[in-house]
Amino acid sequence: MNQEILHTSLFNFHQACGAKLVPFAGYAMPVQYPLGIAAEHNFVRSKAGIFDVSHMGQFSIKGDETVCKQLEQIVPLDLASLRLNQSKYSFLINDKGGINDDLIVTKVKDGINIVLNAACKHNDVLQIKSVFKKPAKFMLHDELSLIAIQGPMAVSILESFIPGISNLKFMNGGSFVFKGQPAYVTRSGYTGEDGFEVSIANASAKDLCETLLNNSNITMIGLGARDSLRLEAGLCLYGHDLNSDITPIEADLLFGIAKQRRETCDFIGGSIVKNHLLNGIKKKRVGIQPEGKIIAREHTKVFHEGKEVGEITSGGFGPSVGFAVAMGYVNIECSEVGTSLQLEVRGKQYPAKVCLLPFYKKSYAK
Amino acid sequence: MPDIKYSKKHEWVLVEGNIGTVGITKYAAEQLGDIVFAEIPDLGKNITSGGETAVVESVKAASDVYTPISGEVTEGNSAIVTDPSLINKDPEGQGWFFKVKLSNPGELSSLMNKADYDKYVLENPS
Repeated sequence: MNQEILHTSLFNFHQACGAKLVPFAGYAMPVQYPLGIAAEHNFVRSKAGIFDVSHMGQFSIKGDETVCKQLEQIVPLDLASLRLNQSKYSFLINDKGGINDDLIVTKVKDGINIVLNAACKHNDVLQIKSVFKKPAKFMLHDELSLIAIQGPMAVSILESFIPGISNLKFMNGGSFVFKGQPAYVTRSGYTGEDGFEVSIANASAKDLCETLLNNSNITMIGLGARDSLRLEAGLCLYGHDLNSDITPIEADLLFGIAKQRRETCDFIGGSIVKNHLLNGIKKKRVGIQPEGKIIAREHTKVFHEGKEVGEITSGGFGPSVGFAVAMGYVNIECSEVGTSLQLEVRGKQYPAKVCLLPFYKKSYAK
Repeated sequence: MPDIKYSKKHEWVLVEGNIGTVGITKYAAEQLGDIVFAEIPDLGKNITSGGETAVVESVKAASDVYTPISGEVTEGNSAIVTDPSLINKDPEGQGWFFKVKLSNPGELSSLMNKADYDKYVLENPS
């Protein structure tokens, strides 16, 4: 396993910004900049931040009108009914009804764009190709960077350089221009804030970041703050909160399955998902809030009345809420909001409660 | 002039009489970033140099604090439990962790003075 570490187009730029780079999904990625994780987190909540998410897979499928139906075998959405440039959160499902990846699908002219998790993208592409019986053109766009701009001031700052983006509604995209270069922009993100994701040629990515950074209300944000922001927003991190053995029902992500497809479950692994929908599940993802200051990180064992009932899958300190936050899977009989739990940290048990997600909520531009 | 000694695991100890006060160094606090949780040892606990004695957590991760000296814990700093950010603000002062009644003062000779510790940090960046 002596694989060469990959760089995004912004690798040198991150170094010049003083980033601390760490290996993540095969890439050298900034975990934090000199500002530090908590300050970066708060900067995004109050102003705006720039995230390099170019390690994620930008995948496109072009083809005839059958593209949607073919993809629907493993993506439980009603793709045909999506409006042009509309985005949806969903999954790649496997034959056990488990989640092989979580993703954002956008309907574009001539096909579908999908943003895939970095660690999963190559396997995802193989799985997608394997279910296509009719020819289509598949491309994983390594020539493009993906830059997320998130926070309450993201819209005003980005509008100055990419005119028109302020008209986008949440989970919608469009083709725009940055300094004469094409950019596909969606109003989306993974921080619990309003924001955008800009897909742009690698050669223009640094210029976009530098141009935006001329405004003192925006700064570079690393993966550390990205993790605490998404956790406060109750959003799942693949490989931690989701994996190939967990169904969307267990993950409490029913919204990732289109309404009419919940009836039919006419996708790979659908019989298992349908069984979970009709007959219930044994475990479920819930929000968990420790009662004191104790921080329960991933793999912390969860108990109820002396019996082990689950495990934390993401946990840490929420800088915006000011207390420890976590999510994890517990036995269904312990999943009611308000249920008392005990978390085993360094051999001692600490009280916690099942709570509603998200810990932090903001309204999106609808 | 108080006698402060430093360990390779980035703890400091200030010895006054037979009592040592232990904390983490300014360098360690900076490396950890924003500290959001601290756990101090129970009073009366016997600890051995190099052993995991306290815990500190940043937004990012949990880290053990190793005692650089052996002895019996005589006091814990409850102020850092209530307000963990004290460790970032004043790591080598108000952000101390615990006090120890030294059982083996000879251990102090294996620790570094300030100049040697500063040199050690420069030569061994984490």
